[in-house]
Amino acid sequence: MYSRRSLIAAAIAAASITFAGPAAAQTEIQWWHAMPAALGEWVNDLAKDFNASQKEYKVVPTFKGTYDESMTAAIAAFRAGNAPHILQVFEVGTATMMASKGAIVPVGQVMKDAGLKFDPSIYVPAVSGYYTAPNGQMLSFPFNSSTTVFHYNKDAFKAAGLDTEKPPKTWPEVALAAAKLKASGHKCPFTTSWISWTQLESFSAWHNVEFATKRNGFNGLDARLAFDTPLHVRHIENLANMSKQGLFIYKGRGNAADATFYSGECAMITGSSAMYGNIKRNAKFASGISTLPYYPDVSGAPQNTVIGGASLWVMAGKKPAEYKGVAAFFAHLSKAEEASKSHIRTGYLPVTIPSYELTEKSGFYKQNPGTDVAVTQMIRKTTDKSRGIRLGNFVQIRTIIDEEMEQVWGGKKTPQEGLSSAVKRGNEQLERFQKANKS
Amino acid sequence: MAIEKRVRFRSWWLPWVLIAPQMAVILVFFFWPAGQAIYQSVLQQDAFGTSVEFVGLENFTRLYNDETYLASFKTTALFSVLVAASGLSIALLLAVMADRVVRGATVYKTLLIWPYAVAPAVAGVLWLFMFAPSVGIVSYALRAMGIEWNHLLNGNHAMTLIVMAAVWKQISYNFLFFLAGLQSIPKSLIEAAAIDGASPWHRFWTIVFPLLSPTTFFLLVINIVYAFFDTFAIVDAATQGGPGKDTAILVYKVYYDGFKALDLGGSASQSVVLMVIVIALTVVQFRYVEKKVQY
Amino acid sequence: MIERRPALTVLSHLVLALGVLVVMFPVYVTFIASTQTSQQIITQVPMSLAPGSNMLETYRVALFGGETTYGSKVPPVASMLWVSFVTAMTIAIGKIAISLLSAFAFVYFRFPGRSLCFWMIFVTLMLPVEVRISPTYAVVSNLGMLNTYAGLTVPLIASATATFLFRQFFLTVPDELVEAARIDGAGPMRFFKDVLVPLSMTSVAALFVIQFIYGWNQYLWPLLVTTDESMAPVVMGIKRMISGGDAQNEWNVVMATAILAMLPPAAVVLLMQRWFVKGLVDAEK
Repeated sequence: MYSRRSLIAAAIAAASITFAGPAAAQTEIQWWHAMPAALGEWVNDLAKDFNASQKEYKVVPTFKGTYDESMTAAIAAFRAGNAPHILQVFEVGTATMMASKGAIVPVGQVMKDAGLKFDPSIYVPAVSGYYTAPNGQMLSFPFNSSTTVFHYNKDAFKAAGLDTEKPPKTWPEVALAAAKLKASGHKCPFTTSWISWTQLESFSAWHNVEFATKRNGFNGLDARLAFDTPLHVRHIENLANMSKQGLFIYKGRGNAADATFYSGECAMITGSSAMYGNIKRNAKFASGISTLPYYPDVSGAPQNTVIGGASLWVMAGKKPAEYKGVAAFFAHLSKAEEASKSHIRTGYLPVTIPSYELTEKSGFYKQNPGTDVAVTQMIRKTTDKSRGIRLGNFVQIRTIIDEEMEQVWGGKKTPQEGLSSAVKRGNEQLERFQKANKS
Repeated sequence: MAIEKRVRFRSWWLPWVLIAPQMAVILVFFFWPAGQAIYQSVLQQDAFGTSVEFVGLENFTRLYNDETYLASFKTTALFSVLVAASGLSIALLLAVMADRVVRGATVYKTLLIWPYAVAPAVAGVLWLFMFAPSVGIVSYALRAMGIEWNHLLNGNHAMTLIVMAAVWKQISYNFLFFLAGLQSIPKSLIEAAAIDGASPWHRFWTIVFPLLSPTTFFLLVINIVYAFFDTFAIVDAATQGGPGKDTAILVYKVYYDGFKALDLGGSASQSVVLMVIVIALTVVQFRYVEKKVQY
Repeated sequence: MIERRPALTVLSHLVLALGVLVVMFPVYVTFIASTQTSQQIITQVPMSLAPGSNMLETYRVALFGGETTYGSKVPPVASMLWVSFVTAMTIAIGKIAISLLSAFAFVYFRFPGRSLCFWMIFVTLMLPVEVRISPTYAVVSNLGMLNTYAGLTVPLIASATATFLFRQFFLTVPDELVEAARIDGAGPMRFFKDVLVPLSMTSVAALFVIQFIYGWNQYLWPLLVTTDESMAPVVMGIKRMISGGDAQNEWNVVMATAILAMLPPAAVVLLMQRWFVKGLVDAEK
């Protein structure tokens, strides 16, 4: 049947496969991330530890710029056919990633296909909920998450005659504390970073009200913004009044305001829990962390806050053997000791409940008071209104909110006008997203 | 091109060979990708391109109906005029002065060109450092003079900030080319005029400036292109288009939509609009302003 | 100097000094920041304008790598400087070479489609790189040029500034020179090589400075086109150290690296000074 020649060729081929040299080359897993400086080293160490713990796979992390830049790099690479395996995407890009159906593989799917034991319930609900589909399938791997907390300058408090161990817990208390600080000569009693995240998104979840309809967008692309309710207007009005009285000083978009807290210029700030690392190293004053303020007369408050940060997405179009490596890597990261180590090192939230418990047992929270505030705000059972936010064109919506709020602080619009305008403009973005992703 | 040289070489093949390298590079690395980028302006797609839909002129009509987009035309015009005018005039002044002095010339020249070497990534951060309301060194000084600097909430302050940042880099660039242009003006012409008794002021306007006009024309076109296209990085670093939309120049929105919002169709359509405007401006310059240039 | 006008000279120096002060101030701030400790920069408000005491330590870490006060490791900048240098040189020389040839063709020849070709080249200025970056990346990837010097440089040579400048300059060259060359029996390329190019040296020098710095400061394109650490230019290294979000910035090291990154372009500027004078002398012929 087969000619002698083809038999010999087959024999040679078989021989060369068996003698292909040392064990089959390691499967490389490309991981593109946006973690600079010290965080970049954390990423590198994670990969190094995983690579050292087994021989089959090699995770290769590459810093690809900021979140925007690495997204652009990944898009360009994907369209050219050489996307990475794992991509770190910030939380507001979740809907964008989900809408690109052919581009990603849900993490739940990856873990299942690899045959690894995967229990979604060990992840901290408020953290993983953000990245989970309504049917319970985990879409992306929660990697670095922070949440909104309240930092305050203890030294400034002492100088103003405030109790350093009793930080304000409600917004009225914040206003009172700010007034005292101002009276004692402090030029910037209160400020905030990430206006949309702290004062509207997390604010809504904290008070168990919707930020957008359809369960904040989880239940459909026809969700529309809902932060112009009387509660929200009341809150922005309070802030606007504080601004007029010099109690609240606007210090810019994004996290520009963080620097004013580190330098001691501003005494109180609502911002990311991840500010802790910077504060510890740089601040020349004693500082404390407390929970995000709330309005005591709102039933259901405080509920839980919304996360910020990023997650790891798995890109489509790769070989099954490579996906197995990705799954193994995620499993490694989810181990209680690993997640706890990362939490302690970076200040990001612990990803799993066992890792939180392990950290607690180790006494870390006792030695570093305040570091568990962020976690306790998150480690609660979430409600439909507080699980997270999933909106398309979220980046644009946040910018719209920044723009409108700036007009309010600058006295050009009333709080009601600003919020209504933001809702209207934001809804246009949502309509466009809905139309563009009809399927 | 209106200007023609009277004397020319004759060859039917040589010119093609001469321009071949540049044409090849721009065909492969500009026109092919640019064509694809512009094609995106009639499409609507998700970020990764997994679902693409042809939507005709919809992206364009959306721009037309967006009042914030239309408002940014005015902002851009103001910004570009300020940047081009101050960049050119300040640089020209400095170049003329640098050309005059003998002692310390090298030091001045080197120091004035150095700012161009500052990486844009660092420059953006520096400006924020210096102008941060209340803690920046410059805001500190301004407050000492009675000006409450706050570019976060004051639109005029914000515009001033980005104009300064944009012009700062361009001064070096313009200075360099003005200097090169000045140095190639034969000293004999100026000497002759001096012997005739012309004052420096007179000499400048009747001899130097006209002879400098090819360089000036070059810089005018380049500066306008720069103001329209290359300034988004500064806006991104300094004000992100704020407060509100007071510093949202057209190209910033292009960059924002393409990069942060990942709305490639919208970004492409805006690029097309921007391209048309600048091409029109450039044609006007070549048609009308070049007539005044003395070659 | 044509005649002695002391008042004007004093004025000139004054204007220049003021110009230098204003223009160099941000650079000075960068230098000062690089001599302090990171903590000083963040907490001392406003930042002091006198040089700090931490200069040697900061620069040592920036140049050779090592651990900073925050315990983060800084990779040595030397290899990145080399990549930047090769990239910048290639871009500058490449651009100038092909533009000299093109401008020569446009000014001194007549051929069908001349206007069209000129505008085609000109239009390359009108679509920012960022807009077409994704398709350009695809082209480079398809040509197998990722992670190579070719990929880093060739797409950036496609620009019109140099052609436009040379066109301007060539138009000012007196026709008599061409006539003289013709009479001598020199062909177009002889004229180009022996007359035109030497005359253009001042413009070449200016362009070289600009293009070198342009190539040197590239950030976004190298970011996309390289995944290999060894191909990363120095500006990418700087950005990598500026953390935008949650982690701490090592400002002093960032500023020190920025100053280091400024030195080679500054050296180029200094070296090119001599060409300016040379061009002047040539024009006197």
